[in-house]
Amino acid sequence: MSKPIIATASLAGCFGCHMSLLDIDDRILKLIELVEFNKSPIDDIKTFTKQCDIGLIEGGCCNTENIEVLKEFRKHCKILISVGECAIMGGLPAMRNGIPVKECLDEAYLDGPTVGENKEKIMPNDEELPIITDKVYPLHEIVKVDYYLPGCPPSADLLWEALVALVTGKELEIPYELIKFD
Amino acid sequence: MSDTIKFTIDGKECTGKKGQLLVDAAAENGVYIPVLCHWKDVKPAGSCRICTVKVNNRYVTACTLPIDENCGDVENNTPELQDIRKAIVEMLFVEGNHFCPACEKSGDCDLQALGYKYQMMVPRFPYAFERRELDAKSPKIFLEKNRCIFCKRCIRMIKDEKGRSYFAFKGRGKHLEISMDEKLAANISDELAQEAMDICPVGAILKKEVGFINPIGKRKYDNEPIGSDIEKSK
Ligand code: SF4
Ligand code: SF4
Ligand code: FES
Repeated sequence: MSKPIIATASLAGCFGCHMSLLDIDDRILKLIELVEFNKSPIDDIKTFTKQCDIGLIEGGCCNTENIEVLKEFRKHCKILISVGECAIMGGLPAMRNGIPVKECLDEAYLDGPTVGENKEKIMPNDEELPIITDKVYPLHEIVKVDYYLPGCPPSADLLWEALVALVTGKELEIPYELIKFD
Repeated sequence: MSDTIKFTIDGKECTGKKGQLLVDAAAENGVYIPVLCHWKDVKPAGSCRICTVKVNNRYVTACTLPIDENCGDVENNTPELQDIRKAIVEMLFVEGNHFCPACEKSGDCDLQALGYKYQMMVPRFPYAFERRELDAKSPKIFLEKNRCIFCKRCIRMIKDEKGRSYFAFKGRGKHLEISMDEKLAANISDELAQEAMDICPVGAILKKEVGFINPIGKRKYDNEPIGSDIEKSK
């Protein structure tokens, strides 16, 4: 039987959830025996080269590029998992929710105390740049998500236990200490 | 006539005093019924509904029900009631802005602890992302209104020597928010500020300058689910 294939991405996240995955330490050798990685920053494969079994996504959606990547993941992955608080509820980037986008941009590029010199009052507006969404969206408000792994970041043990349960078909029994929202 | 009442909770035999609130009687028998707005010996508010149990096949709040001979077999930990409670926790999460990773109460928060107890992975309701202003005017207290769950504990319990409340609700419906009396809060004592923070079940009332004082792993709900102390007492 061929190995299950995993893809991962960080959208509006800080890569902390990916770091937590690396925190499984030497179990990563076992993981490589169990699964194959496709599109992911871990192996630096940039585009999907085949259909995958599991997609792990950290970060919510804060711009049009995030939404595009998320939809691509949904199309290419049988099972999609929201990893971490930002994917589940927007997380810290969603602290801007409720503030008009214009106010956020003004603060970031014109009025904020750390702006420095911006005499021409330039706002990044290159057409290559993705457009910022009106608010930061949790993943499941945009596509169907199958499972959720909470935490900021989810602990390495939780990621490990969940992945092993999923690829080996064992029932997942999560000890109390592993489910945390922070 | 004896005023001892016999009843059962999920089949477990319990005793209590006639007129005692069901939630308190249950705790004395080692049965945990979750609470968010209730505080022992303070007049009940019955506002959060998390203590919902079934008595004689009807839903009642255990924090407002004085026990008597008619209690019979109380249902508490049935899958149905657990799902109702989980839904309430989820509703409270989406109604406010609960960014736990950035919250000083995280690890010591009753709402979060109930999220853990009922294994809330994601709320079933859409996030409201409401925006209420933070009130930092008091020298001792931050009032983070986005985290208030409207339990009224502070309004009922935190008062000055003349019986005036430091806290009150403002607005109605969607615009309801917790507020703090500016003049009273300007002179609140350290002890009372601490008490206000301690009785607030969430991170809405925070004492200044003591944030994140307990390291992760040593906070109230890091290692044991909420209610374990009650369940272990009998
Ligand atoms: S009040 Fe509780 S549930 Fe809300 S953000 Fe703080 S720790 Fe999380
Ligand atoms: S501020 Fe805290 S104690 Fe007061 S009503 Fe809100 S949640 Fe309850
Ligand atoms: S604890 Fe009973 S209604 Fe809140």
